[in-house]
Amino acid sequence: MSAEPILEARGLSKTFRAGGAVFGKPFQAVKDVSLAVMPGETLAVVGESGCGKSTLARMLVGLETPDEGEILFRGAPIKRDRALRRQVQMVFQDPYLSLNPRRTVLDIVAEPLDVHGLAKGAPRTARVEELLTAVGLDPAASSRFPHEFSGGQRQRIGIARALAAEPSVLVCDEPVSALDVSVQAQVVNLLIDLQKRLGIAIIFIAHDLAVVRAISHRVMVMYLGRAVEEGGADRVLVTPNHPYTVALRGSALEPDPARARLARGKATRGEPPNPVNPPPGCRFNPRCPRVTDECRTNEPQMKRHTDAAGVSGVACYHPVHEAVELNA
Amino acid sequence: MTKQADERPVLSVSGLDVSFRTMRGEVKAVSDVSFDLKRGEVLALVGESGSGKSVSTRAVMGIVRGNATINARRMELAGHDLLTADEEQKRKLRGRVISLVFQDALSALNPVLSIGDQLGELYRTHLNVSKKEARERSIELLRSVHLASADKRIDDYPHQFSGGMRQRILIASAIALKPEVLIADEPTTALDVTVQAQILDLLDELRDELGMAILLITHDLGVVARMAERVAVMYAGRLVETGSVDDIFRAPSHPYTAALMASAPRIETVEKLEPIKGSPPNLIAPPPGCAFNPRCTHLGDLCTKVRPELIGDLPGRSRACHYPLVETAHVG
Ligand SMILES: Nc1ncnc2c1ncn2[C@@H]1O[C@H](COP(=O)(O)OP(=O)(O)OP(=O)(O)O)[C@@H](O)[C@H]1O
Ligand SMILES: Nc1ncnc2c1ncn2[C@@H]1O[C@H](COP(=O)(O)OP(=O)(O)OP(=O)(O)O)[C@@H](O)[C@H]1O
Ligand code: SF4
Ligand code: SF4
Ligand SMILES: [Mg+2]
Ligand SMILES: [Mg+2]
Repeated sequence: MSAEPILEARGLSKTFRAGGAVFGKPFQAVKDVSLAVMPGETLAVVGESGCGKSTLARMLVGLETPDEGEILFRGAPIKRDRALRRQVQMVFQDPYLSLNPRRTVLDIVAEPLDVHGLAKGAPRTARVEELLTAVGLDPAASSRFPHEFSGGQRQRIGIARALAAEPSVLVCDEPVSALDVSVQAQVVNLLIDLQKRLGIAIIFIAHDLAVVRAISHRVMVMYLGRAVEEGGADRVLVTPNHPYTVALRGSALEPDPARARLARGKATRGEPPNPVNPPPGCRFNPRCPRVTDECRTNEPQMKRHTDAAGVSGVACYHPVHEAVELNA
Repeated sequence: MTKQADERPVLSVSGLDVSFRTMRGEVKAVSDVSFDLKRGEVLALVGESGSGKSVSTRAVMGIVRGNATINARRMELAGHDLLTADEEQKRKLRGRVISLVFQDALSALNPVLSIGDQLGELYRTHLNVSKKEARERSIELLRSVHLASADKRIDDYPHQFSGGMRQRILIASAIALKPEVLIADEPTTALDVTVQAQILDLLDELRDELGMAILLITHDLGVVARMAERVAVMYAGRLVETGSVDDIFRAPSHPYTAALMASAPRIETVEKLEPIKGSPPNLIAPPPGCAFNPRCTHLGDLCTKVRPELIGDLPGRSRACHYPLVETAHVG
């Protein structure tokens, strides 16, 4: 792997307001998050609904301005110019938001080609049909409009568009959540192939840990706006270190009725984690089985160490595996 | 089966066809779909993306978009005949007797109304409560779907919430009036597994306490395994297999069901995923015989000539295949 990250974020924070954009109570949706992706690498971002994953993604592609921190592309501070927009593409969580209902699929998918003047006429149509086929859609779909498609078909139109200009970084926000497992496998394989061929770096936000395992090299786990654990995908998913990651891993459902039914009635109860009024100390402390007094007063910082499996990090006073404590 | 077995279904659909007229020809999105849903039961509808799951449920709700023709032999909801009901009667049933969690959370919420106004509106028009009470109930409802700081965020607008929050707001509005039948179209796609567990527990409570029946559409086979008693599998607009969750997960009978299950990723392994080979069926000119035949690994002589009917003599178990992997019909 080459030494320089293609995309790097340092200390990103973003504040929103709850209950009105002007007079509402401010809260930090993303707090001091750093990450780096190498060319040809996939970094998965997982975490609880509302923990700031999409906000992070939107900052990385320049759709949202960070309040603090900086984003570097190939080592230089990011500029919102056209050339860069072509390099960094996004697949949106909500396909409806991004598909203009009055444009045909041909024009939607060709948008990056048009914006950057990459293809016209017959080559343009051919490229779009090639992309549609790659994501498992009938190329004849190009003359139709978004409302004529099912949820999963629309999601694939969004993926085809993001791939059109062959970006070097692809930020995917839940890109396969509306797909049946077979089409999902097809799209995951497509991304892996493209990555091998073109060295694309991928940031992959997903909640399906099995898909994360299949596609990612590294995983970052977020909780209430903060990164709480990071490391190689195998390490994080097989031997999670942060108590929240352990909880996440334990809630994943297997496609096996006898086992999956054991989960009935076992979900965490009580107040959901609250970004507007985060608990003092570690943000996970009200739900953590390993909590001690220290956790309730001081916020743990991310501690990283390097071993055979690469860089690993955890922000916790009492990580599950001792090795990290010794190393920290 | 338990005592539910002899009860009359709360939702009964038979012979449902939906087609769309388009410039390129007639799209047969749903063909001859039949199912029954009993009180307190969860039936999972799974299948290929684009196979007609959402369109089927929209047809039941009477809200298909586009240039559609809808036909059915029977469509009954809690004693009401949906085929003869007029628009006004159907409108009254929606929300109180049957409600739908839309697959597309953002387009289902009104972007210019605050969440509090949207939920409060439901209570005010259907239950005729005061503005203040509607607001309090809405906050309670948002708490039940585990939305953080519900009381502070009630005046926020849809775009100010995350994808999974919007999905939970939609679930909240669908269960607000405690309907007898809930159709949940991919209700947990934007939720991480811990919040998903909370929502599934909430749905279980509603079915235990109120006998709410749920038609659950999902691609997540883990969710099917956790929630449903029965499964119906769709391919190219048709039901191709039905049966109990235990039977179908143990031994799928239709080659499509088997291939679908084989392509599911597992957390424990990092093997290359195996999608089903070939392309999705063309719904304007489906292949002759069995629609799955161009992709089937179990092909026989009849497959390209005769379309297999959905048959099965074991109660609740059926499949539409000439050469099933597991015989489910052995009589005669
Ligand atoms: N208005 C329309 N005009 C033409 N075709 C349509 C229209 N609406 C839906 N279709 C087609 O009908 C088929 C069934 O769509 P439906 O939304 O029911 O699929 P689905 O099974 O819900 O898929 P997914 O899992 O991707 O949501 C699709 O192939 C879709 O392209
Ligand atoms: N434009 C906005 N105005 C106000 N609050 C916002 C805005 N965008 C996001 N938020 C809030 O920021 C927090 C993080 O949202 P974000 O969409 O990043 O979460 P997420 O991790 O992507 O969640 P999900 O998995 O549910 O999609 C949430 O509390 C959300 O309501
Ligand atoms: S710091 Fe303490 S409360 Fe936080 S995750 Fe670690 S053990 Fe739990
Ligand atoms: S009928 Fe033939 S082609 Fe269709 S699923 Fe069965 S074996 Fe395969
Ligand atoms: Mg999101
Ligand atoms: Mg659908």
